[in-house]
Amino acid sequence: MSEPKPLEPNEKLDIAALLKDLASYRPRRQGWHWREQVQDEHLFEFDYKQTSEGLKRSIPLPAAHYFDNIDPQPDCVITTEIASGRPEDDIRRMRMAAWHGADHMMVIRTAGQSHIEGLLEGTPEGTGGIAVTRKQLRLTRKALDLIEDEVGRPINFHSYVSGVAGPEMAVMFAEEGVNGAHQDPQYNVLYRNINMYRSFVDAAVAKHVMASVGMLQIDGAHNANATAVKAWKVMPELLVQHAINCAFSVSVGMRKDQIALSTVPPDAAPAPCMRMDLPYAVALRDLFGEYKMRAQENTRYMESDSRDATVSHVMNLMISRLTSADIQSTITPDEGRNVPWHYNNVHAVNTAKQSLVGMDGLAEFVKIDRENPVFRDRVREIKERAVLFLEAMVADGGYFAGVEDGYFVDSGEYPQTNDDGIVRHADGGVGAGTIVERADDYMAPVCHHFGENHLPQGLDRACDPIGGCTLCDPDKVPYIGELDPTDNAEVRLTETAEMRAKGLIRPEVEWAGDGYVVVTMFLPVSERVAEAAALEIGRAMNLVHPEVIHRQVMHPAEGTLIELKGRLDVAVDPASLVIPELPEVLSDEEIREFVHARGLKCVAATVGMDEHSVGMYEIIDIKHGGLEKWGFVCEHLGTSVPVEKLLDAAIEHAAQIVLVSTIITHGDMHRDNMEKLADLAAEKGVRDKILLIAGGTQVTDEQARAWGMDAGFGRKTHGIDVASFIVKNMRERRM
Amino acid sequence: MAREDTFQHAREHLRGLTDAELEARFWQLTQECIDPLVELARTHTSPSIERSVLMRMGVDSRTSMAVVSECEKRGWLGHGAGHAVSLCMRSWDCDAPSAAARMAADEGWDILEAEWGGAR
Repeated sequence: MSEPKPLEPNEKLDIAALLKDLASYRPRRQGWHWREQVQDEHLFEFDYKQTSEGLKRSIPLPAAHYFDNIDPQPDCVITTEIASGRPEDDIRRMRMAAWHGADHMMVIRTAGQSHIEGLLEGTPEGTGGIAVTRKQLRLTRKALDLIEDEVGRPINFHSYVSGVAGPEMAVMFAEEGVNGAHQDPQYNVLYRNINMYRSFVDAAVAKHVMASVGMLQIDGAHNANATAVKAWKVMPELLVQHAINCAFSVSVGMRKDQIALSTVPPDAAPAPCMRMDLPYAVALRDLFGEYKMRAQENTRYMESDSRDATVSHVMNLMISRLTSADIQSTITPDEGRNVPWHYNNVHAVNTAKQSLVGMDGLAEFVKIDRENPVFRDRVREIKERAVLFLEAMVADGGYFAGVEDGYFVDSGEYPQTNDDGIVRHADGGVGAGTIVERADDYMAPVCHHFGENHLPQGLDRACDPIGGCTLCDPDKVPYIGELDPTDNAEVRLTETAEMRAKGLIRPEVEWAGDGYVVVTMFLPVSERVAEAAALEIGRAMNLVHPEVIHRQVMHPAEGTLIELKGRLDVAVDPASLVIPELPEVLSDEEIREFVHARGLKCVAATVGMDEHSVGMYEIIDIKHGGLEKWGFVCEHLGTSVPVEKLLDAAIEHAAQIVLVSTIITHGDMHRDNMEKLADLAAEKGVRDKILLIAGGTQVTDEQARAWGMDAGFGRKTHGIDVASFIVKNMRERRM
Repeated sequence: MAREDTFQHAREHLRGLTDAELEARFWQLTQECIDPLVELARTHTSPSIERSVLMRMGVDSRTSMAVVSECEKRGWLGHGAGHAVSLCMRSWDCDAPSAAARMAADEGWDILEAEWGGAR
């Protein structure tokens, strides 16, 4: 197989090339990767206590440009969950997430795959996730090889070894270099109604295979939290569920450091959630100190408000920082409204990165007061309640009897019960009656097989009788491409071929060319009226199938915030676009020479009733790389300066340049001030002798020129941009 | 059965335990719960487990499905589907994928019948 060429940051993933030669693709490694920790990292002017090695290429947090563009990487692995339903689009999103700091790509399976006996093949489109197949795994792992080289950090690929095909999934994942997987037979039993005997018998084999390649296992206990009637009551049971999966996994051959607990702070505001959840987080880490913690974010109380979800998640992250997390999972802020969209994966990753970096080393100063009697008693109580749960279950006949008795996901805090737990019967569920006792001559001539196995005596390897198994000899792994000639990635690519070939631009949230956009609007009416009106507005905007995805009452009568999604059937040809060229900046020497030769002076002020001054300092102050750096003499008059006074000062100082800052745009104040300044300069006969330059967060060059200025500078302007403009403009005008 | 919160009463026997003793009890009870599950798994197999064995022998997913279904139907799953394929391999002197492919095409089941007789 020819090596795919490395990715170029300014080129898109070549999906068609990635789909080629998958039959001969081999994963480059097996097993999980933890980030390389850095002791006392120093970046820019700061010291960090909980960081890992930086990335070769990445997109830092929004404010990073104030901090020399540093992008510190937290100590823990960061997860993003991707569920687009099309593997060819999943990998594009993975690349975006990786650039923002995700190194654990968790692929959600299509609805119903856990009830399918056997493996699926090919790349059929999924619902709420993808069909996990050998081709999908290879396409994804192959893309991730390139992406991890691009960002400079190994990326973990993860999916699910659950359902009625667990052992087969585990073998396929081991063969295909999948690095981590969910595996918890209790999940099958409680939430997928798969027969309990079948689930545990299958799980032992699956876990043993996973362990053989160093795959990281994540359990499924967080689902008890997500389905509980009152999540704050479920804490003792969560400890029991974690323990059962951990102890079972260890007993069938998995190392403790290969096992991660999927743990969620169970509650959310308006409950006093951190006070409630912190004792639980501590009790959990006391009991499971030898295991890894995969901190998940709360989904139980997630609504369609992405701001609300983000705040909950930041509080969850604080619990991670005050206790511990080896993996920090992220939930997209739109999961309460739809299957996650591209940019919400990125938002969620950034919420984690921002919070973890912002709280770096915090636990050195802010410690949990473990001696506080209320806290100490609550930690102890949660553990005791879990022990009581286990005692009763053992007395009642063990785990299977406990499930039959509805011990799990009851809304009472054990020993309180409300008799509303999930009940499953030993002889019921999917796959009931399918386990078979191994006979005296049972034999499986393959490696890493759990349980009784009557192999011939004297073998070096279990697979010697067949001349090697796929886990020893990867060349024996068979490959099936597509089974469905119409429902596959190649066919889908042909549907968007024209768009791809011409580079046509369509908005997208999930799939290439899906056309979805979101419109945010405030409507000054009550909720139900606003919703109906928003749909009408959406249709007026030519949105196909407009749908309200978020509504929030601002006041019962005064108005409602609406977020509306819809498909826009438009494709923009980039060849038709007129894109203003980025202004070219001049060299320091060139500017300095010009300024000195002419003794250039500026007079600067924030005009009108406006007290903002930070932006102006950024532009003129030598400390910020402002105009003073090149020898401009700058007279700063301050804030809320009348336009007349500014111009008079310029004339008095014989300044060649007037810098006017205007941040407030209320009632078009910025426009009025610019026009007034230009008129005044003309009246006083100095317009030709002075450059008028406006700046401010809402200012655009186009508007400023239209309102009489020589130039306008908006957000993210630096001194060099203004200095370069002044020199070039004065040269052009032979000033 | 619905039950009020009896924690204060029910915990009496745990009150005197140190934290370390309480945690040890937690793990000991857990082990008591899972030991029978491990034993069940050690001594039993399932269609998915047998398909995973054939996969490790280099047999593709569709062929594995066909061979394991037939073994299941004939009541021979307890001998191991991998065992069945290896008996045919020996008889035909071929590799596992070829043997499984022939078995999926309804060949070779007489070889196994000679070994294991009718339904177990």
